[in-house]
Amino acid sequence: MAKFRRNRFASVLVLFFALGLVSIGFTGINKLVTPAAAKIGSEETLVDKGSALFAEGCSTCHGLNGQGTSDGPTLAGVGAAAVHFQVSTGRMPMAAPGAQVMRKKPSYNEAETLALAAHIATFGPGPAIPSAEQVNEWQNASLAEGGELFRTNCAQCHNFAGSGGALTNGKYAPSLGLATPLQIYEAMITGPQSMPIFSDKTLTPESKAAIIRYIQELNKSENPGGMDLGRVGPVTEGLVLWIVGLGSLIIFAVWIGARVR
Amino acid sequence: MSNTTTSKKTPAAYNYVDSRVGFSAALKRNLRKVFPDHWSFMLGEIALYSFIILLLTGTFLTLWYKPSMTEVIYNGSYIPLKGIPMSEAYASTLEISFDVRGGMLLRQIHHWAALFFIAAMVVHLLRVFFTGAFRKPREFNWLLGLALLTLGLLAGFSGYSLPDDLLSGIGLKIASGIIQAIPVIGTWALYFLFGGEFPGTEIIPRLYSIHILLIPGAILALVTAHLLLVWTQKHTQYPGPGRTEKNVVGYPLLPVYTAKAGGFFFIVFGVTTLLGALVAINPIWLYGPFTPDQVTAGSQPDWYIGFLEGSLRVMPAIEFNIFNTWTFSPNILIPALILPGLMFVLMGAYPFIESWITGDKREHNLLDRPRNAPTRTALGTMSLTFYILLWIGGGNDIIATTFNLSINSITYFMRVALIALPPLVFIATKRICLGLQRKDLEMLLHGKETGRILRLPDGGFVEVHQPVSEAELPKLLARETYPVWELPQKVDANGIKTPHYHRQMLKARISAWWTKGDLPIPSAKEIQAGQHHAYEALEQASEFGVKPGKEEIVSATNH
Repeated sequence: MAKFRRNRFASVLVLFFALGLVSIGFTGINKLVTPAAAKIGSEETLVDKGSALFAEGCSTCHGLNGQGTSDGPTLAGVGAAAVHFQVSTGRMPMAAPGAQVMRKKPSYNEAETLALAAHIATFGPGPAIPSAEQVNEWQNASLAEGGELFRTNCAQCHNFAGSGGALTNGKYAPSLGLATPLQIYEAMITGPQSMPIFSDKTLTPESKAAIIRYIQELNKSENPGGMDLGRVGPVTEGLVLWIVGLGSLIIFAVWIGARVR
Repeated sequence: MSNTTTSKKTPAAYNYVDSRVGFSAALKRNLRKVFPDHWSFMLGEIALYSFIILLLTGTFLTLWYKPSMTEVIYNGSYIPLKGIPMSEAYASTLEISFDVRGGMLLRQIHHWAALFFIAAMVVHLLRVFFTGAFRKPREFNWLLGLALLTLGLLAGFSGYSLPDDLLSGIGLKIASGIIQAIPVIGTWALYFLFGGEFPGTEIIPRLYSIHILLIPGAILALVTAHLLLVWTQKHTQYPGPGRTEKNVVGYPLLPVYTAKAGGFFFIVFGVTTLLGALVAINPIWLYGPFTPDQVTAGSQPDWYIGFLEGSLRVMPAIEFNIFNTWTFSPNILIPALILPGLMFVLMGAYPFIESWITGDKREHNLLDRPRNAPTRTALGTMSLTFYILLWIGGGNDIIATTFNLSINSITYFMRVALIALPPLVFIATKRICLGLQRKDLEMLLHGKETGRILRLPDGGFVEVHQPVSEAELPKLLARETYPVWELPQKVDANGIKTPHYHRQMLKARISAWWTKGDLPIPSAKEIQAGQHHAYEALEQASEFGVKPGKEEIVSATNH
């Protein structure tokens, strides 16, 4: 034993053992504590539950009262719609600061998202989450009118098929392929990131519904012409032409031009 | 041989036709015309076949297309556009796509074939350039080819604009801006072309006449002239056994090339049809009809205008107001008019510039291997780099979103890269070419390294070198060097001024730069010695009783 103690690897081994113990212990304590906190939350009202989630997941950057810090803007007056949009698309809480926050898998479920929205809405008046009737109006809207409105108001950034497009300095208009009708509606009334706000005076609720209808149609991904190549215009067409088209013709030419022996 | 057999047994049908048409003698002679064989000689054919496909499918499209900007309300079968006001041109293109049987397929084949047409012309041009096929006597055919390329670009752009969809309308808007940027006459030129302000009601019918009548007619005429010249001047060939400047080694047109070329036509048609059937191109129904108040992100031209899109996007925004009255826009003028003008003028002048530098006025029917003309090859790759960088600049928004980059950084990078990268590529290419030349020289002077080391009984090691085969030898011997012009004296011995002193000085300097690093051509004696050297190891080995391998026996008998 004494011989082992003086081994030159002994101290390293002991260190790893201690570290392992600490981490196992920490995980265990964490497991014990977390469900308790969640249990307390479920017994409270929506706003209080949101308050707890806010303090845990948002306050580091937005401040304990949503007043904002050097790392995040104030949330006073952003409204429940903005919160629901940002959190349900996974943009908040954000993974890393950058030119633009990316869409990712949401960190909160729908109930938690609604609780957060309810809590943040108390910071100041802002647009509320649109009602189910408001959103579902798109099913009765005009498709052709939606297309016309989409091309006039949306295509300049999101591209003709909602595939997204580049903005300045690494910012971009995202693809609309994953956006739900509710999220599209919320984006229009809250103007997330670089997007302008389309108030009811700019785009009436009927127009908004028509636009949502058109985006739903686009997202069905029906391509009468064949493979759509990402619907980004002639750049990918040119790529296919040079690589697949001309590439295969040159292979054929080499085959034909090969000397017959 | 074939003459005697046909005269013995002439079919009745043959006599029937010949007695009425009567140029069987000329035909017989020409059908036996020999063409050299190489895959790279078929690139121009792709362009020719694409053009035939374009004529066929284009004719089909004219049956339904209406070249009119009269506004109509769409009532066809594409639901998302039902009830939308649009031009008749756009509505009829939708009709072709959705309501005409086979219309979508033929429209897409037509568009793919157009992309093929110009792409094939470009690769054909590159082949001709890098192998020096533009040299005397083929300078005019090089110019004809450039004219065809220009016409191809115009055909493409005019056709792309015809559906009057949002994307092509944006393209026309850019074109109108470019026309306006011409100093002094810009505005008048625009009114002249568009019959008034942009977009007006005239441009589509005008482009239609140009697209289906003027340009195809001109292309047809020039293609005929291009091929006639190939016919009379005979095709160039790569250096090889038995090939000289005075002969053509290959196969006769009938039956070998009629079969090969005919088959290749169907392959080109097949690939184009497959693409047309499987891959959507120019989905105008998604773009929507053109109205001047709409624009879409990712507005791009087809690939062949991409270099102009790139030059426009990369150009810094420099614009002047002269006396607050006239706008002068170098930011459009330079990238969209001066740059392409310069590119085509330089390409057209190139054969003449090169022969001026090298002083080479001989006829050339044997092609250069790119490595054997290092400066030309380097100039080619340098220009190609510039062109490809412009492409990337034109797609900067798609690249930005695809690779999560900032569009601004791409643009700044391009501004530097367009100036810095081509010279670097020039230097690298020249070094690579000279390296390959050195390798060739090595083969001539020492034979091929086999990697086979023999240990001699006295302890010495020798590597077996294999002499260059008869088939390879002409290829390695094909290199030529060009003289360096001597620096002229300002005043000769008698005190008389040298005429055209500065021009001669320039020529001397350029030719010194042109031939810099050229390797000496080995003499016949040196080569013979070198090829013999290849056997030394074997001879040495056989003295000690080592048996040569199978390959070595073959080359030894050749020797």
